[in-house]
Amino acid sequence: MPAGSAPKVHWHHKDLLGIAELTRGEIELILDTAESFAEVAERPIKKVPTLRGKTVVNLFFENSTRTRSSFEIAQKRLSADSLNFSASTSALTKGETLVDTTLNLQAMQPDLIVIRHAYAGAPHFLAKRLKEFCGAKAAGVINAGDGANEHPTQALLDAFTIRQKKGRIEGLKVVIAGDIDHSRVVRSNLHLLTKLGARVTVAGPRTLMPDAMSEAFPGVEVAYSLEDALPDADVVMMLRIQLERQGKLAFPSTREYFRLFGLSNQRLALAKPDAIVMHPGPMNRGVEIASDVADGPDSVILEQVSNGVAVRMAVLYLTSGAHLEAA
Amino acid sequence: MTALLIRGGRVVDPSQGLDETRDVLIEDGRISQVAPAISAPAGAEVLDAVGLVVAPGFIDPHVHLREPGQEYKETVATGTKAAAAGGFTAVACMPNTRPVNDERSVTELILTQAARAGFARVYPVAAATKGSKGEEMAEIGELVDAGAVAVTDDGLPIAHPELLRRLFLYTRHFGIPVMQHAEDLKLTGDGVMHEGVWSTRLGVPGIPSSAEDVMVARDLILLEDTGGRYHLQHLSSARSLELVRQAKAKNLAVTCEASPHHLLLTDQAVADTEFSTDVKMKPPVRSEADRQALIQGLQDGTIDCIATDHAPHHVDEKDVEFQVAPFGIVGLETAVSLCLDRLVHTGLISLSRLVELMSTNPAKLLGVPGGTLAPGSVADVTLLDLDAPVTVDKTTFHSKGKNTPFHGWTLRGKAVGTILGGRRVVVG
Repeated sequence: MPAGSAPKVHWHHKDLLGIAELTRGEIELILDTAESFAEVAERPIKKVPTLRGKTVVNLFFENSTRTRSSFEIAQKRLSADSLNFSASTSALTKGETLVDTTLNLQAMQPDLIVIRHAYAGAPHFLAKRLKEFCGAKAAGVINAGDGANEHPTQALLDAFTIRQKKGRIEGLKVVIAGDIDHSRVVRSNLHLLTKLGARVTVAGPRTLMPDAMSEAFPGVEVAYSLEDALPDADVVMMLRIQLERQGKLAFPSTREYFRLFGLSNQRLALAKPDAIVMHPGPMNRGVEIASDVADGPDSVILEQVSNGVAVRMAVLYLTSGAHLEAA
Repeated sequence: MTALLIRGGRVVDPSQGLDETRDVLIEDGRISQVAPAISAPAGAEVLDAVGLVVAPGFIDPHVHLREPGQEYKETVATGTKAAAAGGFTAVACMPNTRPVNDERSVTELILTQAARAGFARVYPVAAATKGSKGEEMAEIGELVDAGAVAVTDDGLPIAHPELLRRLFLYTRHFGIPVMQHAEDLKLTGDGVMHEGVWSTRLGVPGIPSSAEDVMVARDLILLEDTGGRYHLQHLSSARSLELVRQAKAKNLAVTCEASPHHLLLTDQAVADTEFSTDVKMKPPVRSEADRQALIQGLQDGTIDCIATDHAPHHVDEKDVEFQVAPFGIVGLETAVSLCLDRLVHTGLISLSRLVELMSTNPAKLLGVPGGTLAPGSVADVTLLDLDAPVTVDKTTFHSKGKNTPFHGWTLRGKAVGTILGGRRVVVG
């Protein structure tokens, strides 16, 4: 990140719905803010009073262990009060609509709602409806993953990790490989990495690669094998394969998938010698990534998880408006 | 004898090749004379139409009136009131009611309700197969006898190829078209918007245009063997249009319709509206290249009719996540203004061509009276003010459905009244 020259960026978003609507300056502001929160994890008492008195609802309509835990720890480290609301215990099974569920939660006046949903656009829909109903009193909405659309905090923690390891993002070659079609991680990363000047190649089987990929994301290279994608790569990001796609339409078996598209040490050798290996988790060992790569010296997978907490602390801090109250 | 003289309007009637200032005299529910300066018979009501366009009544060959069974979405009365307010004198209603219109009693109920409401003529399109299950033919002979003008399983495709072949053959006995909602549901999968640049960008499951195209291609091949009449509903893709063009060149009895939303919107609308469920319909609005091809199809005559596919839903049903919202938007109260503003005033098509697309051809398609102001024909008339400013306001719709992506659009030109069988329709 260029030092000193960047003009001061002011954060004024109440929501974080996606990376698509952020500017480069706003992305860098989140990453810089996350730097200052990272150190909290190193303290003997891992807690700051920044969001004391703020209420955050984690509204998860889809299973998620890591993202929800990460958000929850971030909230606790910031001293926010948090409530977990998951679909399995929600009223949705009783036929209540998403809007009604959310309005009921809103009536309890939370400051932020973190939402994970299986359908693209659900957080955008909710944010819009909340504003229509409650105006300025509406809770801010943070997207924790919506269908195959966006997963902005994942892309931010990925960027944070890349910056930490490589010192920059501009000019790096990043390869993202796997199920491109169904991945929200890839879409948020494509928005983010291209805005920050990386060269991105997406790779995967043709059955998991949308036809319109390069038109939808101008400047992004498309490859159909790791052999074509990996040469010169600084960063290799593997995506989770959803095992239920096996044998149906996308690929014949996990065995064949690993044979053709799995990241082995042999394939990794095609990338730059100092390339780092990333994975948003949860991993399918022996399917998209070999265990010795996942656990090897180039892997930063667990550091991604650690960084996720700092990045989410930054996002909670900025969207809550706490930085404005302090000023 | 009742008489109505429409004086001084610009009469646009492509069935007679007419686009001139004329008076139109209606006597006893029929057009009796179209000529310059007709003197009013004694006792005739005179309607001053100076500055207005006088056209044969507009006919929408594709609407959903939801009655019987889903009266919370729409009724025959509210739907036909919306039709009249939007400038239509007749509509053809689809059979996907509850129960499905696959027997005489349902067809007759719809006709009774339409007569009771009195806002517009209603032509029921009956189910092609029992329960629209796509398994066995409905009793088409009886349904035609009851008043059905065509058959379709709209909302669902007639997927079974052998059954469709037999439908083409069997309907030849009645001279009615088989209307097809062309969609290979296996290719649609869980898709909810056009598969292309925007579905890729937004991560929304896509419906490829091939889902429509493969069925159109198949249907046309079957039609070539069987004869019969085939009408392709809500055509949305450039490739389907090309297939229809080729079939017409071979003189197959094929017609097709396009909807205002497919002519005016693209898949980008999903992004622009941040996933508004009012841009979710089947088939989905497609790419700009598809849209341009459809405009071309209007111009070169490949597209026969403009149809709204008026599909009212309750506001609660649409107030959900994009993925799970029902498909469909309303169209009766926006179609004429949209077409005048975006197709005619822009010079893409002539006013006469619009009248052909919205009146002359739909009448021919359905084999019903109207579509012409030739003396002796039924006196169904649509009056247009080409310059009236319009701001679309869904809260003023007569339809129970408010699901429109055009709310707030400012347009020029609208229908200012309809005449049904010589009687001025009062919408109130």
